[in-house]
Amino acid sequence: MPRKAYNKENVMNTEIYNEGPVVHKPVFIDGHSVEIPILKVLQQDGTLYPGAELPEIDQELATKVYKTLAFHRVLDERMVAAQRQGRVSFYMAALGEEATSVGGAAALKDQDMIMAQYREQGALMFRGFSTEQFMNQMFSNEKDLGKGRQMPIHYGSNELNYMTISSPLGTQIPQASGYAYGQKLQGLDAVTICYFGEGAASEGDFHAGLNMAAVHKAPVIFFCRNNGYAISTPSDEQYVGNGIASRGVGYGIKTIRIDGNDILAVMKAVQLAREYALKESAPVIIEAMSYRLGAHSTSDDPSGYRTREEEAKWQAHDPILRMKNWMLAQKWWDETQEETLFEGLREEVLAAVKVAEKIDKPELQEMVNDVYDVPPKHLQDQLDALAEHIKKYPDAYPVTSGRL
Amino acid sequence: MAQMNLLQAINNALDIAMADNDRALCFGEDVGHFGGVFRATSGLQDKYGKDRCFNTPLTEQGIIGFANGLAAQGSVPIAEIQFADYIFPAFDQIVNESAKFRYRSGNEFDVGNLTIRSPYGGGIAGGLYHSQSPEAYFTHTPGLKVVVPRNPYQAKGLLLASIRDDNPVIFFEPKRLYRASTGEVPEEDYQLPLGKADVVTTGDDITLLAWGAQMEIMEKAAEMASADGISCEVIDLRSILPWDVETIANSVTKTGRLVISHEAPVTSGFAGEIAATIQQECFLHLESPIERVCGLDTPYPLAQEKEYIPDHLKVYEAIKRSINY
Repeated sequence: MPRKAYNKENVMNTEIYNEGPVVHKPVFIDGHSVEIPILKVLQQDGTLYPGAELPEIDQELATKVYKTLAFHRVLDERMVAAQRQGRVSFYMAALGEEATSVGGAAALKDQDMIMAQYREQGALMFRGFSTEQFMNQMFSNEKDLGKGRQMPIHYGSNELNYMTISSPLGTQIPQASGYAYGQKLQGLDAVTICYFGEGAASEGDFHAGLNMAAVHKAPVIFFCRNNGYAISTPSDEQYVGNGIASRGVGYGIKTIRIDGNDILAVMKAVQLAREYALKESAPVIIEAMSYRLGAHSTSDDPSGYRTREEEAKWQAHDPILRMKNWMLAQKWWDETQEETLFEGLREEVLAAVKVAEKIDKPELQEMVNDVYDVPPKHLQDQLDALAEHIKKYPDAYPVTSGRL
Repeated sequence: MAQMNLLQAINNALDIAMADNDRALCFGEDVGHFGGVFRATSGLQDKYGKDRCFNTPLTEQGIIGFANGLAAQGSVPIAEIQFADYIFPAFDQIVNESAKFRYRSGNEFDVGNLTIRSPYGGGIAGGLYHSQSPEAYFTHTPGLKVVVPRNPYQAKGLLLASIRDDNPVIFFEPKRLYRASTGEVPEEDYQLPLGKADVVTTGDDITLLAWGAQMEIMEKAAEMASADGISCEVIDLRSILPWDVETIANSVTKTGRLVISHEAPVTSGFAGEIAATIQQECFLHLESPIERVCGLDTPYPLAQEKEYIPDHLKVYEAIKRSINY
């Protein structure tokens, strides 16, 4: 094959280095030399910061967002309690961080793919995942879309464009880049949003995903929930740079830092990021500063690694109360509605728990389905042998023995 | 029919797959304009554009993560890992993500469109890090398919089948044969079945089983044995996961003897798995212990490569041991 002359696109791109001054004595730039503004729109008392720009939002959308936040809070409270009662094995609440997931989904379109880490159930709620669907997943019953295969909170829905959660941290980041690249090649009016925490940003997949997206110009919104903790490890033991946002600059990615407890800032940033990602075919990174008010999961106890005073400081920044104050000030909401809403939600969740926990677990055959598109012979053979064994000792395998 | 070497057959398969489906993409390190370090993707960028055939940054986990996302989205990614020795940064994306995507979502999502191509194997003076045969690691992961072709005809048909199979497939290419193996290859589109072994030579006295580059070594050993009056049945496993137990068991039931050979180290190599299954399936038909002729349990050496390789002489000796047991 004849060697082709290199076209301009193949020429090494060194121009970008030439913007800085030339020096003849060494000059180190400081690791914190990038100054990053933080966007704040809504104050805790429900008033806007002077000159603050609102996202596109009307009463209908605001009400839907607020009701989603309320559902989120109630579901989390109830399910943590249900775990304490031994009704579900595990739960992860998002107390204090609800605005990041709900606000993100509210700023997107339904056709946009959401690739979450695990604490973004709010985005799924906003998309319309029902109370019953949440329960079926958490109780691993046969109505769970995931067929009872993953631990509680590993939700996913093709219909709602919410990618099924995977426990390994950060793996969704390069996947989001690829997903968005595919959307771009098809010319779709769609982007991908990818959530992760500041801890997951230490994984190699973070670097891989951001660099791939930047180089291949994928319309993906990287959304970092910087909530201060990775289980027990505080963020100052996770990195020493200027948060996660500073890394966006290194990858040549458009970057913004926002107040993650400010639903209007979240929506504003994601709306603009979506517009930019689509128009420029390029990624954006958003770092939302927040605080994980609850435990990492029901298997964790934060009293072993942080103080009540620290938690109290952040309780004063409750994102849901902040939005409620704004809604009240707008006269879009009142205390009667508030009471009715929360009361109704608590009853709804409790009732759904009682239904879901009684539904059967998936049948034995589901153990080998979906490993491949169709179960290969060796898997079917293994299943047949297992079924024979279970028939022999039915009492030892009560979940499936009755239905063989 | 056209005369092609193994690389040309792969290039031809990729060309057909990309022409056939405009959602098919080829990418990896140096895969774009340059056409890959072995030139397997030569000419594809010119033909299909930079959006569909491109270089990636040097990040194997990024390549496979990106490919997983593309496949989940409905695109048809054909990702290249430049050497199988460098697939390990992507191990998590392959083992925890590609392999489990469909299962963990209850089939809400899958990456069945994914194909990973990677040159594997030694005999090219590549030392520790350009010679490994890592197929066994991946056979321990339900959800993956692992395929290895032995010649240009097989490579084209198996690669097209891998690309179109609705499961993630790792396609290991015997790089020692890239240019050394030539043969007649149909120019049109065709596929060879996954999960099916291929009986290359029928015989009565002993079964010789291998895959990929090791096949020509088995055939050479079979010729030597034939001069001694030993009739060898030579089988190419082709698909390592899932593998064709039936064809192998039928053969061993007939011959009563089995020699398995692979380049990878013997301990926990796939020959061990085959031996365990075949002794269970054919216990009363076995005339002698199943022989494994494999790499030593060392990293792949450089200066002693010839000594390390499970060559035809070692296989020939194993055949005689088995026959004379």
